Amino acid sequence: MAETFAKACARGGLHVFANIEYHSNIKGEHSYYRVRASERDVQSHVDWIDVLIALDKETLLGDLHKEYPTHNGHRNEVSPGGAIIYDAALKLKPDDLGRPDVNLYPVPYMDVLVGALKETGHDKELSKYQVMANTVAFGASIALIDYSFEQIAEAVKEGFTGRKAALGELNVKAARHGYDYMRNTYHDSFPYKLHPIPSKEKRMVIRGVQAVGIAKFKAGCAFQTYYPITPATDESEYLENHQKDYNIVVVQTEDEISAVLMATGAAHAGVRAATSTSGPGFSLMAEGLGWAGHTEAPGPVIILYQRAGPSTGLPTRTEQGDLQFVLHAGHGEFPRMAVAPGDVSECFHDTFDAFNYAERFQMPVIVLIDKFLASSYRTVPILDSRDLKIDRGQILSESDLAGKPMYKRYEFTPLGISPRTVPGTKGGIFHTTGDEHDELGHISENSEIRIKMMQKRMRKLQLANEAIPDSKKVGFFGPEKADVAMVGWGSTKGAIIDGMQDLEGDGIRCNFLQIRYMSPFPTELVTKHLSNAKRKVLIENNYSGQLGGLIREHTGIAMDYKVLKYNGRPFSQNEVYEGVKEAIKNGVKEVVMAHA
Amino acid sequence: MLELKDFRTKVHNDWCPGCGDFGILTAVQMALFELKLEPHQVAIFSGIGCSGKTSHFVSTYGFHTLHGRVLPIATGARLANNALTVVAVGGDGDGYGIGAGHFVHTGRRNLDFTYVVYNNGVYGLTKGQASPTLPKGLKTKSMPDAAIVEGINPLATAISAGYTFVARSYALDVRHLKETLKAAILHKGSALVDVLQTCPTYNDINTKEWYSGTDLPTKAPRLYKLEDTGYDGVVKDPTDVNEINQKKVQAITRSFEWGDTIPIGLFYRIEQPTFEDMIANRMPAYKEVPLVKQDIFQRDVTPLFESLA
Repeated sequence: MAETFAKACARGGLHVFANIEYHSNIKGEHSYYRVRASERDVQSHVDWIDVLIALDKETLLGDLHKEYPTHNGHRNEVSPGGAIIYDAALKLKPDDLGRPDVNLYPVPYMDVLVGALKETGHDKELSKYQVMANTVAFGASIALIDYSFEQIAEAVKEGFTGRKAALGELNVKAARHGYDYMRNTYHDSFPYKLHPIPSKEKRMVIRGVQAVGIAKFKAGCAFQTYYPITPATDESEYLENHQKDYNIVVVQTEDEISAVLMATGAAHAGVRAATSTSGPGFSLMAEGLGWAGHTEAPGPVIILYQRAGPSTGLPTRTEQGDLQFVLHAGHGEFPRMAVAPGDVSECFHDTFDAFNYAERFQMPVIVLIDKFLASSYRTVPILDSRDLKIDRGQILSESDLAGKPMYKRYEFTPLGISPRTVPGTKGGIFHTTGDEHDELGHISENSEIRIKMMQKRMRKLQLANEAIPDSKKVGFFGPEKADVAMVGWGSTKGAIIDGMQDLEGDGIRCNFLQIRYMSPFPTELVTKHLSNAKRKVLIENNYSGQLGGLIREHTGIAMDYKVLKYNGRPFSQNEVYEGVKEAIKNGVKEVVMAHA
Repeated sequence: MLELKDFRTKVHNDWCPGCGDFGILTAVQMALFELKLEPHQVAIFSGIGCSGKTSHFVSTYGFHTLHGRVLPIATGARLANNALTVVAVGGDGDGYGIGAGHFVHTGRRNLDFTYVVYNNGVYGLTKGQASPTLPKGLKTKSMPDAAIVEGINPLATAISAGYTFVARSYALDVRHLKETLKAAILHKGSALVDVLQTCPTYNDINTKEWYSGTDLPTKAPRLYKLEDTGYDGVVKDPTDVNEINQKKVQAITRSFEWGDTIPIGLFYRIEQPTFEDMIANRMPAYKEVPLVKQDIFQRDVTPLFESLA
């Protein structure tokens, strides 16, 4: 229902940001969606709630009574003057909730649902439809904030297509009954309103995994491998769902070792290939990554959706803990590119570019995302993909090769990149090996060849650095001169940009340097932005401030403060504000945020 | 006109004198030549170990991969271009030890390719440790003591996993091996050819002489050909579950025969839809044109964006 609400808001000209938190199980421990709707662009969540829709008691009060408690309930997160909608059947007294400062709206979910089912003659099958109590609660909330029921009804129906269309109608009915119950019982008692506003722009509600999937189609990716893992699998399933329309082969492999190598084999064989995984899977891919880098495979593109580690960690929660691992995974030294998009649009563009760079520079490219960015929804205008250009690098065809001396796959060329051939091409036969090799790709232990090959491979990173536009290497927001320079990467971008406004509101002039390319590292740009910055505050969703270490490694510049969070939950807008203030006002060198 | 030498490279060969690998290399080159395949239509993938160097010695597209990982890489390449003839080669440690997971799952898929395993019972390139096929209780010359775990039965494993062509041959019987390889390459589906191979340097038990039975009272060769005994491992009706089960059990039973007599030849074969066929069922375009030749660089993704609006 949260997704439906988000879509209805987007169509009503509003901006939406929504994210889900859930446990690693199937039976359904406490999970929740946060949807933020606004007339201005929002790209993060906040830690307070204006309207809490509780589908069960635990949502309100938490599970502290249990032997292994995990949370305290959400009633304390509701802002003063806000609202709580809950099931009247819980028979809670106002005192039980302990929030005299918020408006309470008990709604008898089941009774209202039965009323709706009676109207359609389904009331004998209550057990089958009881999950629709959620829809009743949802409908009630729409009445409370006075949003357009028509927008909602349309979005609800779209969620049920084909054989399920009748169920869509039934859900609209349930929502309507909830809506009417709220109207008739509580009238116009809640001051917070949400209304559609006119908008010229057509917006979509899109998640990171969808942006990546669509970018893969646009880039001509023909081959995707994966081993099931949270939170990466959604992307592969998205691709597989569109397999027929876009002619992409999606293979579920026996493990991630196979996933990365199957994709590498496909890349060597001439198609654009990719794999998607999370940290535990990427750990298994380290060996294959080395082979891809060493054999100068034109790929694969690896999408790494980080989750909280180490080991199994918090499998459904977010973290930015794999940055240094991505840059060093695999033994020995070989080139790889790594880029970390900060929002859904960047997920799309960086993934698209990754395929061009993988083929042009003949190396694996890792796109570093995280669970938060993968699964949170955001409204953005429909992305313009018409001007995107495919660049496959230099590929020699049969006619290019005709009459030429023996083709050398690893030829030392003035440009530093050896033109490749696609297996099956007459005259283009090559050999490759994970051993050190000569220009023909045959094993060599010759000292001089070793040195030249190492230099040839590693130098490609410099070539890549020259090719990537500055505007894609880093993002810079706010004034050049500021009191505070915030530094971050990846999915914290939204919270930092939104949090900047709160800091500005307090008279703190700040700017934000978002580092996007991690390899090749944009040393010059980062140095330019940070060398004169006054107070540098590093904001990362991890324990050790990995980006801070990387910046210091490349530029010698150290961060003054760190605002970190490693409880598996993403930064909210207000946490950026609170964390940065704590650092600079109270001089706390390392601030740890903890909101769940 | 193609000649056999067109399948040879000039790369220096550093296998030990008398190594069984030479017989396998020759048989591979002859099989490709006799099947009239053009070198550029073939890709050879090899693992790590002495056998891994094979790809450098054959003048086709050649991928010397990682230890145990030859099958995923070969699979990816084959799926990208199903016009290529794909032959994967590797040792017994490579395929049945570190690569055992890939070995099983590649069989399940029934990818149309051929996997040749050089099975000599030892890890040659690391100086003679026991490989997964060395029978329990045997001690080859560089092992400190006898093996204390059972050897794997690759043929029985392959049949259980789903390989649709399962055969064994002998490195020093190049003619039999070559014919077996030709049949394997022509077979539509995953073909395993387990090749008994001598390692004159480290396996001092399963030697050329041992296979020839010179230690037996009868002096008769240990190896005999299944096809000379009237054995028939080919499933005639792939829809007949009883026949399939009967042929599998027969093949698995025979594969455990190891001692004074050892069968070689075709143990089991069945025609079943390949992985490529199954993909084509899902994605019709795949049937007509290899992925690598498909025009997919002009995709219009606007409908995908629109569906989210």
